[in-house]
Amino acid sequence: MTSARDEVLGRVRAALRDVEGADEPVVAPPGAAAPAGTSLVEHFAERVADYRATVVQCPPDGLAAAVAAALPDGARVVVPVGLPDVVLAGIASPVVDDALSAADLDAIDAVVTCARVGIAETGTIVLDHAPDQGRRVISLVPDRHVCIVYADQVVADVPDAFPLLDPVRPLTWISGPSATSDIELDRVEGVHGPRHLHVIVVDESS
Amino acid sequence: MTGTFVGMPTFPSAARTALADTQLRHNLAHATGVIRGKRAAVVGEVENWEDLRLAGAAVKDRALRSLDSRLVELEESLTARGAVVHWARDADEANRIVVEVARAHAVDEVVKVKSMVTQEIGLNEALEAEGIAAWETDLAELIVQLGGDLPSHILVPAIHRNRAEIREIFRRRMGEVGRPAPDDLTDEPAVLAGAAREHLREKFLRAKLAVSGANFAVADSGTLVVVESEGNGRMCLTLPDVLVSIVGIEKVVPTWAELDPLIRLLPRSSTGERMNPYTSTWTGITPGDGPQEVHVVLLDNGRTRALADETGRQALRCIRCSACLNVCPVYERTGGHAYGSVYPGPIGAILNPLLKGTGDPQTDSLPYASSLCGACFEACPVRIDIPEVLVHLRAKVVDGHRDDRVPKPEALAFRGAAWAFADPGRLGRAERLSSVAGRVLRRRGKASLGRLPGPGGAWTDARDLPVPPAESFRDWWKRTDGGERE
Ligand code: SF4
Repeated sequence: MTSARDEVLGRVRAALRDVEGADEPVVAPPGAAAPAGTSLVEHFAERVADYRATVVQCPPDGLAAAVAAALPDGARVVVPVGLPDVVLAGIASPVVDDALSAADLDAIDAVVTCARVGIAETGTIVLDHAPDQGRRVISLVPDRHVCIVYADQVVADVPDAFPLLDPVRPLTWISGPSATSDIELDRVEGVHGPRHLHVIVVDESS
Repeated sequence: MTGTFVGMPTFPSAARTALADTQLRHNLAHATGVIRGKRAAVVGEVENWEDLRLAGAAVKDRALRSLDSRLVELEESLTARGAVVHWARDADEANRIVVEVARAHAVDEVVKVKSMVTQEIGLNEALEAEGIAAWETDLAELIVQLGGDLPSHILVPAIHRNRAEIREIFRRRMGEVGRPAPDDLTDEPAVLAGAAREHLREKFLRAKLAVSGANFAVADSGTLVVVESEGNGRMCLTLPDVLVSIVGIEKVVPTWAELDPLIRLLPRSSTGERMNPYTSTWTGITPGDGPQEVHVVLLDNGRTRALADETGRQALRCIRCSACLNVCPVYERTGGHAYGSVYPGPIGAILNPLLKGTGDPQTDSLPYASSLCGACFEACPVRIDIPEVLVHLRAKVVDGHRDDRVPKPEALAFRGAAWAFADPGRLGRAERLSSVAGRVLRRRGKASLGRLPGPGGAWTDARDLPVPPAESFRDWWKRTDGGERE
């Protein structure tokens, strides 16, 4: 008996008898630039805010204060193992993630992470789950995600992000809080992911 | 192939029932109108949209042209990253693989990410037959599942339900399968979404096994991609110990970099957003993060049949954005159920016959579920020429019925058209005739022509012919010298 693998591949080859392969990768057209008179960071902040996320900008020495302001009083906050000290300084009693269970995380109010890339045109933040961002689950289960993006991590559009991302790492692309339009196409923020997305853009010039 | 909703009538009779349902027509017209508007706005923002469409089509074509070696490459990349790769010739084989994985872990329930392909193969029913409950976690799919209903749209499967109906479904059914809806449940969308959050969180937290599809599968890296909005996808892809992803063999993208144009095209075409809330990508197993046992099932189930069809194979470029549904005048009036398949609308009208082959009356009626207006091609982000494939498939259907003693009405309608198209003089006369009728009807304030007599009658059984313009295209061309003297 032929295996399913051999049979499927055989059918593919038979179907393609008349077809020649295409060897050269497709080069896609360039992405958009920030509108004239707007900086990349401003453009990013506006586009993220369009999704009804909260966006604040701060200078590097204002980061701890901005993080503290993003967290409700008494919130239980989980952080990844590699969160920089300057960020930790803004969190009263952080719970460091050491393989917490999903049930543990369900009892936590907020998570603070860094990010890998910000995409201005689409208002997207990409996490590659490096140590300053942590496991995928910690930025998923708590209801509030405070995410720090540095100005020099912001690129203009999607094609500019691809070369910076390593596909071997798990990636999470986030564009605003969790949302659904399944009921009569009314957009509702928050179904299963964090219902509050709070983005802090760290920028020398702000 | 279990992709047809069992016992569905052919498109014309199902469509007539759907047309009589005013609630359905109202919900559909509202929904497709809203999405069309959103899509137009965000597509308009992209200066080089046409170039992007060309690139998207080229990427999918490139993958399909060497699909055999791409699949082998995908398998190697996945295996190198710790995933177990399975191959499935058809629906039964794919379902059996999932059942075996579930048995190996002795689970009696799985959580599911919304996926067309698992509906196509009837996975939920196959699991149920083995005593394994499959929980849909997408809000719309949950509504459909709790309502004991069928999805009617690729993107918003519960598009045919309004908020009052959804409240009733939640109140009646949630308690039977898990956490009940709260007593004070209103029909506010935010409140209904909140009830779904509570109901499903319990299931996510205890789930051991998740089943997903994939929007894309990158051959050179072994990366699978799931595009979603609600976060239920992230829950399924991250929390359970074991993940099984069922991937149609046409989902392959050659390289990581070539994913870029598709990621730019899909959300704008689909939900009319610059980007969907969440996109997850993963490559086999990541130690210490997410499922530590990962299975990928590469599924044929008719795809190689479609691939062998020279004209039809372009349908395998489809990225399931549903833009063609939202612009289709036939879909807008009949809704998704009339197509009798998980793939409704213009893409369903070509994909079902391509995957299943012609010969079944239900499938054979689908290529006629179109006015060939061309709006679907204009909207399609990967430039599938749906009208071209429809005409090609109509010819196939007619050929298939050539030996029937009593010709099918569709065949007669097609012959009527073929007769008119065969002779330019005849076509001109027929057009002028229908434009005279159009002028008369317009004066009487009638919007559509209803049923035509003669061979055309079969055609208008399934659709009301729009009133023809007062001047035929040929007359206009002659009068204006092809638009020069308009
Ligand atoms: S055929 Fe084109 S427009 Fe229709 S769902 Fe597929 S990709 Fe979208």
